[in-house]
Amino acid sequence: MHGRPRKALKPEDEAASSAKAEKLRSLQAQFLANHQNSIYSKEALDLSAKLLEINPECYTAWNYRKLAVQHILSNSDSDPQSIFSDELKLVENALRKNFKSYGAWHHRKWVLSKGHSSIDKEMRLLNDFQKEDPRNFHAWNHRRFVAGLMERSEEDELKYTEKVIGANFSNYSAWHNRSVLLSNLLKREAEGYFPKEKVLEEEFQHVHNAIFTDPDDQSGWFYHLWLIDQTVKNEAPLLVSSWPSHGSSITIIGDNGLRGCGLSLLNGTQSDSGTLPIILYFNQAVKGINSSTVAIESELLTKELVWKPLAMNNSSTAQVWVVYLDLGNMELQQSKTYSVEINIGHSSGILSSNGNHYGDPSQISFEVFVQTANTEPTEGQGGKRTTWNDTNFQKIDHFQELDSIFTADQNHHIPKSLDWCTEEIVKEITNFRDLLSEYDCKIGKLTLARLLTALDMLSSQHDGRKSNTEEVLQLYTDLMKLDPTHSLYYKDERSLISLKQITSTRDSLLPYCHYHKDATETFTGHVCLRLQNLSLSRMGSIENLLWVQMLDLSHNELQSIEGLEAMQLLSCLNLSHNKFGSFTALGPLRLLKSLKVLNISYNELGSHSIDTTRYLCSSPVAHTEEFAWDRFETLTGSVNATNFWEAFLLFGSLALTELNISGNAVADENFRSFLVKVLPTLKWLDDEELS
Amino acid sequence: MGELATEKHVQYILSVEKRKDSFESVVMEHLRMNGAYWGLTALYLLGKLDTVDVDEVVSWLMSCLHESGGFGGNVGHDPHILYTLSAVQVLALFDKLDVIDVDKVTNYPFRVLSMFSYIAICCLSILHRLDKIDVEKAVKYILSCKNMDGGFGCTPGGESHAGQIFCCVGALAITGSLDLVDKDLLGWWLCERQVKSGGLNGRPEKLPDVCYSWWVLSSLTMIDRVHWISKEKLIKFILDCQDTENGGISDRPDDAVDVFHTFFGVAGLSLLEYPGLKPIDPAYALPVDVINRIFFTK
Repeated sequence: MHGRPRKALKPEDEAASSAKAEKLRSLQAQFLANHQNSIYSKEALDLSAKLLEINPECYTAWNYRKLAVQHILSNSDSDPQSIFSDELKLVENALRKNFKSYGAWHHRKWVLSKGHSSIDKEMRLLNDFQKEDPRNFHAWNHRRFVAGLMERSEEDELKYTEKVIGANFSNYSAWHNRSVLLSNLLKREAEGYFPKEKVLEEEFQHVHNAIFTDPDDQSGWFYHLWLIDQTVKNEAPLLVSSWPSHGSSITIIGDNGLRGCGLSLLNGTQSDSGTLPIILYFNQAVKGINSSTVAIESELLTKELVWKPLAMNNSSTAQVWVVYLDLGNMELQQSKTYSVEINIGHSSGILSSNGNHYGDPSQISFEVFVQTANTEPTEGQGGKRTTWNDTNFQKIDHFQELDSIFTADQNHHIPKSLDWCTEEIVKEITNFRDLLSEYDCKIGKLTLARLLTALDMLSSQHDGRKSNTEEVLQLYTDLMKLDPTHSLYYKDERSLISLKQITSTRDSLLPYCHYHKDATETFTGHVCLRLQNLSLSRMGSIENLLWVQMLDLSHNELQSIEGLEAMQLLSCLNLSHNKFGSFTALGPLRLLKSLKVLNISYNELGSHSIDTTRYLCSSPVAHTEEFAWDRFETLTGSVNATNFWEAFLLFGSLALTELNISGNAVADENFRSFLVKVLPTLKWLDDEELS
Repeated sequence: MGELATEKHVQYILSVEKRKDSFESVVMEHLRMNGAYWGLTALYLLGKLDTVDVDEVVSWLMSCLHESGGFGGNVGHDPHILYTLSAVQVLALFDKLDVIDVDKVTNYPFRVLSMFSYIAICCLSILHRLDKIDVEKAVKYILSCKNMDGGFGCTPGGESHAGQIFCCVGALAITGSLDLVDKDLLGWWLCERQVKSGGLNGRPEKLPDVCYSWWVLSSLTMIDRVHWISKEKLIKFILDCQDTENGGISDRPDDAVDVFHTFFGVAGLSLLEYPGLKPIDPAYALPVDVINRIFFTK
């Protein structure tokens, strides 16, 4: 099926092929008859062997061989060793015909597992096969299996990979095997492989041979990236950011005598439910966040709280966790400051997916100040439509909340052996600058960009080291030209770096923060983060944006909002003029309880036949939820959801008051009327007030 | 850029059924059930499933069903999970899943702690019987096959290979577990399968092959990183692999064609939104219409 040249068969070849076919067909028919009737005579066995040597892919014949062997062994005078030796010989013959036959390799493994055969020959056989094709993964898998049976040490196997790589560095299979062996040795801190620093230093030098000899050969690329990760990674889960942030002061406005559910945050939105979220953002997915591992002390705490993982799929593991303080039913005292203290990780139980425990216990404390409302309580934006024009925004000079975010203790993710990590990364940077001075190659630029980014992450904010962001951005821009095939990969990476640059300090972020005024110039009290027109193809740095309630991402090139589910305060979102191609891509919005205003006009909804986020959001096809047929039928009167299930899953779980979907292929009258049915809270659709 | 020779490919697929006398055909008789799935799904994507006699296919298919509930690759061949999935997929295409006794078929031993995890998960999911296996255990096993490059091998410690990556990512997709995939890391490894000619290979430093237009592309699609390759260049590569005279698509330009590569070439073009093709679901490798029908009609 592979690698056969296309050519019309001459008549004599056709005849020969037909004759061969007839022979094989007759052989197969006889074999099947023997198998059907459980005939295991010598004749029958020889026939099956003949078949397998011509066609090792005939899996039924391998089943037959196993049954035949078992049948023969049941005779008391059988000689297991010779029987299994015959099987091994047969497999060898079959493999010489097709050394990629799953059935043949599987049979060999089956024979060896029986324990009657000598394993010595195996290594020699494997060496033969690996000489023929050093990338034959069946042979490598078999080697791992045999090494296990022989109890060969990982160190010895590591030496073997060195030999193979020494003969020819362009052997990804050998580098892969090396990564497996080394992982194990490092993990169990085997003698000679601890501490990992020295090992990694040597491995870097090792892989340089591969990359620098021929930078266009991919064999060493991924191993090198793995080494970087091993160098800089932080095994222990740690808190990266939170909302409210440590040391901040949150003002809430109560009304109607400070009772009831009219609660809103200063410069914020009315919260119908009267709840105050507390968001914890970790450096990796964790489980075990509950009231024993995260202790909250405050007068505002009225009952046992349940921490929720912000996961799209009901997983109990997530990078971001949220809990809601229920303030709506409390009798809050005016002009009082309530303190909240959160202790994370004082008792064990918070674990990463690799089983690593939370790092040093940390603490967050913030204040909640209660203030009476001066004006009449307003609903949403005062019942007026939200407008996103430039004229509706006014720059901010000073923004108290921003101050507390950036003065919060940011030393959460500095790895233990910081000095060695930094030294190693700096060495690598020098090596790759040297490479680039000789050969302006893609892997050189890409690796340099990654190394500089890693170095920036390792530096704390306090050591005054200038960040490398500008150079990294330029490298990605260069790569988009150097390697246009993968330009959108580099663009995504560049977007992430841009966002990191924008959100990293108070001064860099402030220019993007604006007050929002409505059409009558009334100060609505909302602070909007305006990130439009930045050529962003991807969202990131969301850990720095947990405070945002109003966000303008319009006029970018976004097709996904992965990670946005962490922005639990978000109530107004503008995604117009982007590249969203499906409703499933907006899946993260389902977890935003406060979202009221959404603009997704001028995107590509309904223009694509293929949905690239179909399995990244919660849905029945991913078995993370049942389809709500009852609700669907009640709202739409239909029992066929094939056309609108994606829209139903999204909008059916949101309580939007404003929605804008014009400029999308999907937005015809039929769809609009469907939306109105599914969003009973909707007041404005495409800038028209609904009756 | 060339065009997709739809009519030629339809004729080619239909003719393979009749060309049973060549040596190549006989040597692959044992996997006819797979061949049926490849050919018929390709016809569906090309909009020509109605050129086939449904009853004839279903009747032959059912003659491959064993007492154990599994299907064999052809009449007389032992049951195997691979052919059981293909049989179920073919029946789904024709909307004829009601001809089988679901309890019987789902009682076939579906081994999940192996490279066949995906097969079990996909098959049971189509039959709405995922409860027949321990999904958590299956997911855990799949994760144990994850490698340093973000990809997956056939066994724990096995080298990442695009075919196996498709199986693992597909299984994780169907079980709502894609959060366990490092999408950026794997996405980069996958997008680097695109070589100068625009085709995709299955592992670093190997030759491109049209079937990887499926294995790599569907994986990229499921993790939403398909924009990291050049779609135009891949479309051109696939079209260059056509035999525009006799129909069919081959692994590489000017090689011999076969139904396997014809299907994966057409499926790849469908994922690339080539005009005129029905869309295919990247996880189930069945038309989107078929999957929507299975999950979204009461």
